[in-house]
Amino acid sequence: MEARKMWTIASMMVIVLTGACGGNGGDTDVAPATEPETPAAMAFDPATAGNITGTINLEGTAPEAEVIRMNSDPVCVGERPDNPMTEYYVVGDDGSLHNVFVYVKEGLEGHSFPTPSEPVILNQDGCTYLPHVFGIQVDQPLQVTNSDPTLHNIHATPSLNDEFNTGQPIEGMTYETEFTEVEVMVPFKCDVHGWMNSYVGVLDHPYYSVSGDGGAFSLNTLPPGDYVIEAWHEMLGAQTQNITIAESETAEISFTFTVS
Amino acid sequence: MIWLHRFTIILASSTLLLLVVGGLVTSTESGLAVPDWPNTYGYFMFSFPLSQMVGGIFYEHGHRLIASMVGFLTIILAGWIWFVDPRRWMRRLGVIALVTVIVQGTLGGITVLYYLPAPISVAHAGLAEIFFCLTVSIALFTSSGWLTGYSNPSRQHSAAHKDLTLGRLTVITTALIYLQILIGAAMRHTGAGLAIPDFPLAFGQLIPPSWSWGIGIHFTHRVGALFVVFAVMATALHVLAHHRNKKELIHPAGFLILLVIVQFTLGALTVLSGKHVGINTSHLGVGALLFVTSVVLTLRVNHARLTMTSTPETGGFAASTTASSHSSLGANR
Repeated sequence: MEARKMWTIASMMVIVLTGACGGNGGDTDVAPATEPETPAAMAFDPATAGNITGTINLEGTAPEAEVIRMNSDPVCVGERPDNPMTEYYVVGDDGSLHNVFVYVKEGLEGHSFPTPSEPVILNQDGCTYLPHVFGIQVDQPLQVTNSDPTLHNIHATPSLNDEFNTGQPIEGMTYETEFTEVEVMVPFKCDVHGWMNSYVGVLDHPYYSVSGDGGAFSLNTLPPGDYVIEAWHEMLGAQTQNITIAESETAEISFTFTVS
Repeated sequence: MIWLHRFTIILASSTLLLLVVGGLVTSTESGLAVPDWPNTYGYFMFSFPLSQMVGGIFYEHGHRLIASMVGFLTIILAGWIWFVDPRRWMRRLGVIALVTVIVQGTLGGITVLYYLPAPISVAHAGLAEIFFCLTVSIALFTSSGWLTGYSNPSRQHSAAHKDLTLGRLTVITTALIYLQILIGAAMRHTGAGLAIPDFPLAFGQLIPPSWSWGIGIHFTHRVGALFVVFAVMATALHVLAHHRNKKELIHPAGFLILLVIVQFTLGALTVLSGKHVGINTSHLGVGALLFVTSVVLTLRVNHARLTMTSTPETGGFAASTTASSHSSLGANR
């Protein structure tokens, strides 16, 4: 009985001490540590928002896509009877270049944007990453899903963010994480299936796009101003262009990448 | 005790297999195919389904299984030597081998958990060669030839250990080979294997026109290869010229010449093939064989010095080839 009383008193003391040390605010005699003030976000009237649209084109002849040999994993062979092709160069019949990450590189200083709570999904389906190139905001959840009946490991190799490598041995498993630093681009790979790779652009704003059919991209509801727009391709590098958006203007730019 | 020697052969052979499979792990970029350690995708290592050893997992998990087997064999060896070998230094060597393989396994785990940091990966590669050297040396020290002192009644020339030139050549050659292995490991684990994409020239010239870490370490490895070839040839030719009647020296010397030619060729082909997995991995395996062959030659050259007359209690081994010493260690030719 005495021992039980002592444990009860000790537990109560722990709870009291924890309550006294934790929590925010409250009356204390110690001044809270000062933190640098966050500059107020630049005012932006959505009614004046403009847009940037454009296309990405390829000049020259890109190396032909090759059939991905998935023989090292019979499950992958079974999942993909359609002869999946490499995605280093995805070129439309009209010479348009797909999978180019286009984003606002400069011009949004002073603006702040809320972090979306909805996760971006990176799916492992048919032993390939879907999507191959995508964007995400800092601290926005990234959910990696295994939709294959085989093992995958998700290995991100960033330069500024924390590297991670996690296994998903079971179909349906998900893994959630987030990036804390702006970084263009963060590569993903699967060390089990060497042909799998993906790239994500991590930004502190929502103005990014990935070129698709026709090489088309669009950056919508931009505040008026001067911008540097960058287009990045995994094999052909990056290009930038300067553009000015007036109030409610839709400006067009295009990028042309050259294969020598 | 012939069985002890046969067991050491099995361990040394298994270690070579482990080295080669480890090379395959790097050559196929499978080092992180199993993200966790010591488990495998959450499974206890030995219960991971064989059906799921696909892709890079086949190499990485296979490497871990073989490593476990080598570790187990080393435990048996250390215990076996401890209880049957009267040479105190041999018992210590068995313990050293056991400690080395434990450290090596730990280094392997660290490389996985910390995403293959280059210094740890290079240390893992370097210690692997040391452990292989230990297993081969233990096999040598339990061999009938070593135990009987390579006695040859028709010997004409002076004892090899009195040949100071040969003594220096073998030590220098062995050291150069190991240094070359470390440089090669640094090159491999920093992605510099094709930093100079052409051979035998470097960007079309004798000396690279520009430098970076990768180009520097790669070029150093090429220059190191020339030094190794020269040292090996000098050593082997000295043996052929001055110790032609000593089979225990002629055989490793001849093997060294063959291995260095093959190794140099494989190195060139590794670059010319764009690091073909089979060629790249063979280059690693032959490099390991070159190293231990040089170690064997060095030890045999110094056999008389290493086996000076003393009692087992003080740690030495009598160089006598009497029947009693034959029976105590099972040395039968």
